[in-house]
Amino acid sequence: MGARPIAALNSLRFGNLSDDKTQHLLSGIVHGIGHYGNCFGVPTVGGEIYFEDCYHTNPLVNAMSVGVVKSAQTVSATAAGPGNPVFIVGSATGKDGIGGASFASADITADSMEDLPAVQVGDPFQEKKLLEACLEVIPTGALVGMQDMGAAGIICSTAETSAKGGVGMRIDLDKVPARQKNMKAWELLLSESQERMLMIVKKGRENDVLKIFDKWDLPCSNIGEVTDDGILRFYMQGRLEAELPAESLVLGGGAPVYEREYREPAYFKKVKSFDPADIAIPENLKSVADQIICIPNIASKRWVSTQYDSMVGTANASTNAPSDAQIVRVKGTRKGLALTADCNSRYVFADPFKGCMIAVSEAARNIVCSGGLPLGVTNCLNFGNPYDPEVYYQFVEAIKGMSEACRKFDTPVTGGNVSFYNQHPEGAIYPTPTIGMVGLLANVNDKMTLDFKEPGDWIYLLGKSRDDINSSEYLHKLCGVEFSPAPHFDLEEEFRLQQTVSMLIAEKRVSSAHDISEGGLFVTLCESAFPRGLGFDVRPEQTGIRKDAYWFGEAQSRVVVSVPGEDLHEFESMLQSKGQTYEKLGMVTAGLVRVNSENWGHIEYWKEKYDGAIEMHLNQYLPE
Amino acid sequence: MVVFPGSNCDRDIMDALREDLGQEVIELWHKDKDLSMFSTEDCIVLPGGFSYGDYLRCGAIARFSPMMQSVIEFAQRGGKVLGICNGFQILCESGLLPGVLLRNINMKFVCKNVYIKGENGVPLKIPIAHGEGRFYADSETLDELENNKQVIYRYCDADGKLTPVSNPNGAERNIAGICNASGNVFGMMPHPERACSQVLGNTDGRRLLNDLLLVKKEALVG
Repeated sequence: MGARPIAALNSLRFGNLSDDKTQHLLSGIVHGIGHYGNCFGVPTVGGEIYFEDCYHTNPLVNAMSVGVVKSAQTVSATAAGPGNPVFIVGSATGKDGIGGASFASADITADSMEDLPAVQVGDPFQEKKLLEACLEVIPTGALVGMQDMGAAGIICSTAETSAKGGVGMRIDLDKVPARQKNMKAWELLLSESQERMLMIVKKGRENDVLKIFDKWDLPCSNIGEVTDDGILRFYMQGRLEAELPAESLVLGGGAPVYEREYREPAYFKKVKSFDPADIAIPENLKSVADQIICIPNIASKRWVSTQYDSMVGTANASTNAPSDAQIVRVKGTRKGLALTADCNSRYVFADPFKGCMIAVSEAARNIVCSGGLPLGVTNCLNFGNPYDPEVYYQFVEAIKGMSEACRKFDTPVTGGNVSFYNQHPEGAIYPTPTIGMVGLLANVNDKMTLDFKEPGDWIYLLGKSRDDINSSEYLHKLCGVEFSPAPHFDLEEEFRLQQTVSMLIAEKRVSSAHDISEGGLFVTLCESAFPRGLGFDVRPEQTGIRKDAYWFGEAQSRVVVSVPGEDLHEFESMLQSKGQTYEKLGMVTAGLVRVNSENWGHIEYWKEKYDGAIEMHLNQYLPE
Repeated sequence: MVVFPGSNCDRDIMDALREDLGQEVIELWHKDKDLSMFSTEDCIVLPGGFSYGDYLRCGAIARFSPMMQSVIEFAQRGGKVLGICNGFQILCESGLLPGVLLRNINMKFVCKNVYIKGENGVPLKIPIAHGEGRFYADSETLDELENNKQVIYRYCDADGKLTPVSNPNGAERNIAGICNASGNVFGMMPHPERACSQVLGNTDGRRLLNDLLLVKKEALVG
């Protein structure tokens, strides 16, 4: 569409990290993402990784790319003007990736090995050249439209561009540069070879386009032309191989709409019957904290993130000053973008409607805590087999939850994708509607960071502590409870909290902001303390709340902020006037961690555990 | 600054030199050859990235590009050349600098802030991002580099100590950057252009680029 990608994020799901296969997949997938992104020259600035048993057979790899384009300088994926030539540019078409999207949408079974050639072969160098060449072509004004070749390659891109423009195309498949000899017409049409674009060029301007692709040493072939009758005709050696209306292949066109049966999953009974009273309150909080900080879902992901080039493009403003969302400056302006990808799928499993609202809310909260204004959403909706009424129920409810939350935060869902059939003989993955959200900072220098700044600053919790251990890492990983409800969440309460946080940041009344997520309050405090090697001394008043829920519970709509020591009275009366619940937790220290007046050691002790946990897991198996 | 297909730090170094250091920058295309507009007062920069995809050894193809033939002549005439990351690899492949850059000792790409320092300098925080950055040469060559004061930067810790832990890729003698014997060709793995802006929270790279571009070798190594 004419945008230059400036940042990438990814969202990964794997099985248990102690498993050999998971370690093999983790290492290979991270290497693959890294290699492509690093060569392509787009920084991977953030993302998320979770390890849960349900992803053992079906790992998930969701990628998000964020680009910048000058408004009114976009190119649309539309064909128009009968007689205009159609070009295919970029890599030659091979047999790789034929049926790739349908492979990705099939149940994984013992026979799946047979289908392996369906995986596409990527070439980041070619993609980098294609990107530069396309961005050079657009300003010449020689293009009518352009679309990348994704799933179902030529057939899909010709159908979509034609249908959008209400035109047809005549395509000579002999003219498509092929990677191997004797490819059949259907293979050329369906190949999902990467690094290709379809371009519709203004008649007479062909040379402007050819010159640029020659400069970049990229194949650029005229394979046909736009026609006026809405019919796609594909020829090979003069023979008509396929003829069909473009409209019949596209969304909202002739494709059928299914109404599937759905019903509440049977496992909800187990979720509803969970009683926290069955979980003994631990005597020794510190020993729980020692374990929590090392859970792979919570611990530092630096083993992964250092393998990605996160700084190329010199726009990542979070490298040296982290925030809840990743902040990327938009060069040539004062603006910054706040980017995040979020989904705690265990919450969605426990309650698809509420869980998906939480995913959207957490994304918005991360952006708000970074000083940004949430702008819009993209998503990757990963679910099991939709023919299973219980899986389809998860899908329906998750979409409803997403809609409701997106309306509340005024964040339109501008696109995304759906991946069904993430299913294996033992069952489906957790429903995983990953939310990618983009927010805006009018001035990138106004970003808010998550790190405590000075010993002596006061620490406040905005929101309300709750007697809630539901679906927490603590309950699931340490107590071994698979079924429990989603944690406390109320959309109105969340919205008000975000309004308060925005206001506090805009008025420069807080010096750090970090939301409470996996691992609960204790982990949040540690994460704010780590960057500057500071500590914290917190001795809150606990009234009627389980100790484990207070420190490790994951009730939503809570943010930890730090406030310089002078005018606490004014700070508190402002919160009161806004009707914002809050607790004064304690104070930032020079490095000592004190919880309820107990000495829990130096922050370095916790940081070492947090930083090294995933490496410790991997080093048992992978040689460094 | 030379742009190869697959260069991806070209814009970054251009932005840093223009906006943060106030230098004039001219883009050169790998297929061109003409360097007649430059004098030895100018500096040719080879940026980071994956020139020609780096499907062979990094920089092995780029050294054969038309522009590199001119850059080699330019360097032999005494013109100043600076290679960063992939640019350093290209300089080694071209024979303008001794040694080679091998796969990192842990066989993984690594991107993070590290500290480097000149022989008499203070530690500077500069990012690295490479999979093949382990500087290697035989011990005779290494001794020669040290005796001639051709080692311009070494990996160190925040206090300036040269330790094994502060060496991110297993480079011989913690070497992060070197220059040639006549002191006009410089190569380094770290990316100073990524540390030139207040917005990014690190400006240590400005000082480094100033040293490299504006000062003679003697000022670097004392």
